[in-house]
Amino acid sequence: MTQLISLFTSAVTFGTIIMFGALGEILTEKVGHLNLGVPGIMYMGGISGLLAAFFYQNAGGTSPILGLILSLLACFLGAALGGLIYAFLTITLRANQNVTGLTLTIFGGGVANFFGGSLNALSGGVGQISVALTAQAYRVRIPVLSDAGVIGKLFFSYGFMAYLAIIMAVVMSYFLNRTRPGLHLRAVGENPGTADAAGINVTKYKYLTTCIGAGISGLGGVFYVMDYIKGTWANDGILEGLGWLAVALVIFATWKPLRAIWASYLFGLVYWAYMYIPGLGRSSQEIFKMLPYVVTLVVLIIVSLRKKRENQPPAALGLSYFREER
Amino acid sequence: MESVCAIKMENITKRFGSIVANKGINLELREGEILSLLGENGSGKTTLMNMLSGIYFPDEGQIYVHGKPVTIASPKDAFDNGIGMIHQHFKLVDVFTATENIVLGLEDEGKLDLKAASRKVKEICDKYGFDIDPDQKIYDMSVSQKQTVEIVKVLYRGADILILDEPTAVLTPQETDKLFAIMRAMKADGKSLIIITHKLHEVLDVSDRVAILRKGEYIGDVATKDANQQSLTDMMVGRSVSLNIDRPTPVNVKPRLVIENVTAYDELGVKRLDDVSFTINAGEVLGIAGVAGSGQKELLESIAGLYPVASGKITYFGPENDKPRELVGLDPMSIRKNGICMSFVPEDRLGMGLVGTMGMTGNMMLRSWRKGKGLFVNRKEPEELANRIWKDLEVVTPSTNFPVRRMSGGNVQKVLVGREIAQAPSVLMTAYAVRGLDINTSYTIYNLLTEQKMKGVAVVYVGEDLDVLLELCDRLVILCGGQVSGVVDARAITKEEVGLLMTQHRKEDAAE
Repeated sequence: MTQLISLFTSAVTFGTIIMFGALGEILTEKVGHLNLGVPGIMYMGGISGLLAAFFYQNAGGTSPILGLILSLLACFLGAALGGLIYAFLTITLRANQNVTGLTLTIFGGGVANFFGGSLNALSGGVGQISVALTAQAYRVRIPVLSDAGVIGKLFFSYGFMAYLAIIMAVVMSYFLNRTRPGLHLRAVGENPGTADAAGINVTKYKYLTTCIGAGISGLGGVFYVMDYIKGTWANDGILEGLGWLAVALVIFATWKPLRAIWASYLFGLVYWAYMYIPGLGRSSQEIFKMLPYVVTLVVLIIVSLRKKRENQPPAALGLSYFREER
Repeated sequence: MESVCAIKMENITKRFGSIVANKGINLELREGEILSLLGENGSGKTTLMNMLSGIYFPDEGQIYVHGKPVTIASPKDAFDNGIGMIHQHFKLVDVFTATENIVLGLEDEGKLDLKAASRKVKEICDKYGFDIDPDQKIYDMSVSQKQTVEIVKVLYRGADILILDEPTAVLTPQETDKLFAIMRAMKADGKSLIIITHKLHEVLDVSDRVAILRKGEYIGDVATKDANQQSLTDMMVGRSVSLNIDRPTPVNVKPRLVIENVTAYDELGVKRLDDVSFTINAGEVLGIAGVAGSGQKELLESIAGLYPVASGKITYFGPENDKPRELVGLDPMSIRKNGICMSFVPEDRLGMGLVGTMGMTGNMMLRSWRKGKGLFVNRKEPEELANRIWKDLEVVTPSTNFPVRRMSGGNVQKVLVGREIAQAPSVLMTAYAVRGLDINTSYTIYNLLTEQKMKGVAVVYVGEDLDVLLELCDRLVILCGGQVSGVVDARAITKEEVGLLMTQHRKEDAAE
């Protein structure tokens, strides 16, 4: 029983990281841009958040709340900056989206590990970075409720960002399906020519969406750094793997934010399942870690076979839009 | 009679580079009438209408809407003036419902209320008798329903002047009748409409007045009740022009390709070729005439093995008197392997004929890459061929490795035709071989084709300009709506007769 509870809680924490990544990517893809730079963007978000907290505390800041707000803001801006680079290349210069995205992944990882390494050096060695104050603020549990036995453990024992992710998914779903800007955004991703003819500013929508989408993806990075590994930096490339899982999650959720909620927890469950299955050797553990990708493949096959139009990617995904090409 | 016009265009001129698409056009649309805009391909109808819908901006002239001078610089300006255009290619998002498509781009106050919008759409539908479900997804709709959505979209925005660009091109006769009923209902409601169409019987059926354009100029207008197919055709095609293309009498004519009852459908299931039968002779230039989209492209591609043929036979008689071969069902490579040389100069020369980023030599190799032995391609022969074409046809290019994409249209065309002729074909098919070429280059191409004809090649020439077709070809096949509406001797027919055949269905709108 305790084992099951702890599997569930690890799955939720794990799922939250990739849910942020996937939500941002869903938004980006809905406007027609396949940004394969999610891992790099999560890296950039994570390091920006960490840097802000580090310098705030080094400068003598003592307010956990302020540290948290600063690091969140820095994370969002840092990640959105990654999105802006991608947007400029793919929207204005109409570069190939796949190539640009992959480059951004490599670039983001490099930048983040460079600054992460410098932070380690500044604080006197690997694992010596201390942003405990801010990290604590990220990890504050809901009082009273989190102590309420099994229910408390299952549902209320997480930092605030786990709930923020769910709220964000719900809001995003409402925004995309029920509001005018959401309708316009989807139209741009489906058929930019039509949107343009209807008087929608395609370039503006594309820029704003890719930047905000990247910012949201970046939140997954800061959650990883502050909550998951408790406020430090590790050059181990785990975050990159999580970024790719987020991209896979977008497909698994068939571009629907609400579906991303339970799907991300499911990914977490299958990812961590090996820890709770007795008698697994190192090699068989790796097979379990592969499961999220396997289920994504299965979903792709099923979705392709069923050919339901609502489950297909946006029609103009990955295509540059150039008005004069009528 | 003093009345304000819904639209008045005064002295409108529009140029694209050196080409004048519209020259000093004066057009009036009276309040509450249906005006047909008639003209051959390239006569400037769509260009003129695009200036009303804000896609193009006129170089000269003034537009008045309901008597007020206006500037229409964008589609939004057109909407603001109550002008809505229904384009030939629908602008709809497939996965959206009709209502979502209709409200797309509108910046109304308050939050998005799709239910209210849906009710308003329903009201418009009930008023004019449209048959669409506001909540149905576009991908579930038929072509005619999609068109209805486009019309409702325009009406929802409050347009009282509607322009329909060849709305019947994609419709079945029954759907066309329904559309015309809708147009009459809108007219009764006080809207003014312009319809662009090639089909004369439709013009006579639906409109109050006909305005005719020819080669970018306004020829005149006539009340529909005073017009008939003959008088409209005369105005549309004008008097014949003598071009003096050298046309030697064909010698040693014999059948090369016999096409029997060929029928083909496109991916949407629309019939593109309907029971087409005719013979292509060796030693002759066979012209194919017809308004755009009458099945020319599909016909050529069917012969070349690029378009699926649903039924019918295409039989090939080789030059060496060997036994006839059936081509239907073979892919382009097998057609070639069977010893059948067919050279195909496609309509879309850079898309289908040549690789734009490669030079002349590279493009020559596209035809010869199978000849080389082993892993490596032979560059020598293509290089020689490229040099020969460069010299013989006076292609203007810095070198044979200069990307063809950056050459002018005429030179690209010469490269393509030169390459195809160098294959020593037994059938040479060209589509719009002189499109966009100046007069001198056009004559070079005509002479090349005639030369091939005298060598005993069966030449097929799909063209737009009737004058050229009548002077270059020996026989003409006239297509209309995917059917052959006539096979005639080009020496013994007048331009007016051809024009009439181009717009006449063989079986006048028989069922389907």
